[in-house]
Amino acid sequence: MSDKKKETLGGTIGVVVAVCLVCSVVVSGAAVGLREMQQTNAANDKRSNILQAAGLETTAECDVPCTFNKFVTERFVDLETGEYVEVEEDFDMYKAAKEDKYSVKVENSNVGFQRRSSVASVYLIKNEGNEVSRIVLPVHGSGLWDLMYGFLAIDADGNTVRELVYYQQKETPGLGGEVQNPSWKAKWDGKKLFKDGDVAIQVKKNAGSNNDYAVDALSGATLTSNGVQNTLTYWLGENGFGPYLKNQTWKS
Amino acid sequence: MAETKEMKKVLFGPILDNNPIALQVLGVCSALAITTKLETALVMALALTSVTAFSNLFISLIRKQIPSSVRIIIQMTIIASLVIVVDQILKAVAYDIAKELSVFVGLIITNCIVMGRAEAYAMKSPPFMSFLDGIGNGLGYSFVLIVIGTIKELFGFGTILGFEILPLVQNDGWYQGNGLLILPFSSFILIGGLIWFIRTIRPEQVEPKE
Repeated sequence: MSDKKKETLGGTIGVVVAVCLVCSVVVSGAAVGLREMQQTNAANDKRSNILQAAGLETTAECDVPCTFNKFVTERFVDLETGEYVEVEEDFDMYKAAKEDKYSVKVENSNVGFQRRSSVASVYLIKNEGNEVSRIVLPVHGSGLWDLMYGFLAIDADGNTVRELVYYQQKETPGLGGEVQNPSWKAKWDGKKLFKDGDVAIQVKKNAGSNNDYAVDALSGATLTSNGVQNTLTYWLGENGFGPYLKNQTWKS
Repeated sequence: MAETKEMKKVLFGPILDNNPIALQVLGVCSALAITTKLETALVMALALTSVTAFSNLFISLIRKQIPSSVRIIIQMTIIASLVIVVDQILKAVAYDIAKELSVFVGLIITNCIVMGRAEAYAMKSPPFMSFLDGIGNGLGYSFVLIVIGTIKELFGFGTILGFEILPLVQNDGWYQGNGLLILPFSSFILIGGLIWFIRTIRPEQVEPKE
């Protein structure tokens, strides 16, 4: 092709259209072709966090989806009554929180978000004897920079903490980011949430390991620690999973 | 033989002699952000290398057809498409790392190295050499990212690729992690130091005094 021809209006438009066509085919091909793998990845990522909170380990024979299906049952709780409800197939509590119809306003709390879904997911972990051994509750609340999303795993007594796993947070690495440090997470094991029916768990300085109701705050990350405290206070309280935990709905 | 020599120069030249970050000071923004851990730095380096190599290849293939009036837009279209493909592939096969890299893979589109090589080399050179040039410049970028990533992860977190080298005080060790190195802007200092080092061993890179 001569230099003159490619500089004409028609030539220019022709080349541009051709390039755009090829590129759009490639891009949409990649997006459509890989979508299934991506969705599986996202689902497995969430499941593996739940399994971590559940204290379950995957084996070579039984990978994440297999272990998840074997031990974990997802149920949905109406947070106001604490009773189980049925929901639509693709329910997502974080998406529901964005729609006025399915959510309620958060009042008198500094948990850091405006609305929460009126129905929440809970994950029941069953042992071999088909009894509920742990309950994994999704919790979120603001840290220093952004909302932190996690799973709180408690025993079937509805009071003893086993794990607090944060799977999505944007805290400062090395300071607030230490919410994901295994040695800090280990401090939660065995702590009690409620005392005489009230939320008693505290994240505070020099908590000591003997205090059943307190966990050491993260050093250098006061605001993140406060965020964890606010998150737990809200989600365990009357407006969160409080009614569900009081009724011990999973036992009936 | 002259050709092999030329190929070697195109491929390995950008690592020390003509490093895109250290000499041309291009693409520094992403080098700042994703070098906190070596693993993310490696994946980013790989992503950028493949994008540069293939964008050079495709642009060079159609370089005789590209009208000069819209050449930048056509280059951008090709680069953007490649970046989206790379991003999609990462999400499909390396989900954890893709999550950590988040927007930075998408930002390869604006990385000056990719655009710079397309405009400066691929528009004038045959496809195979352009491909090599892309890989070479990717390697130069990778070299800087790996050096910075190693230093930051080792002295910031006491680990390399997640393996503990210096046990941290938080985990009952003796090493107090350097908080400055965890933050993105500390790469400025490290890249500055690296440029100083390279110009000390390669004094011809020093710009003449005005």
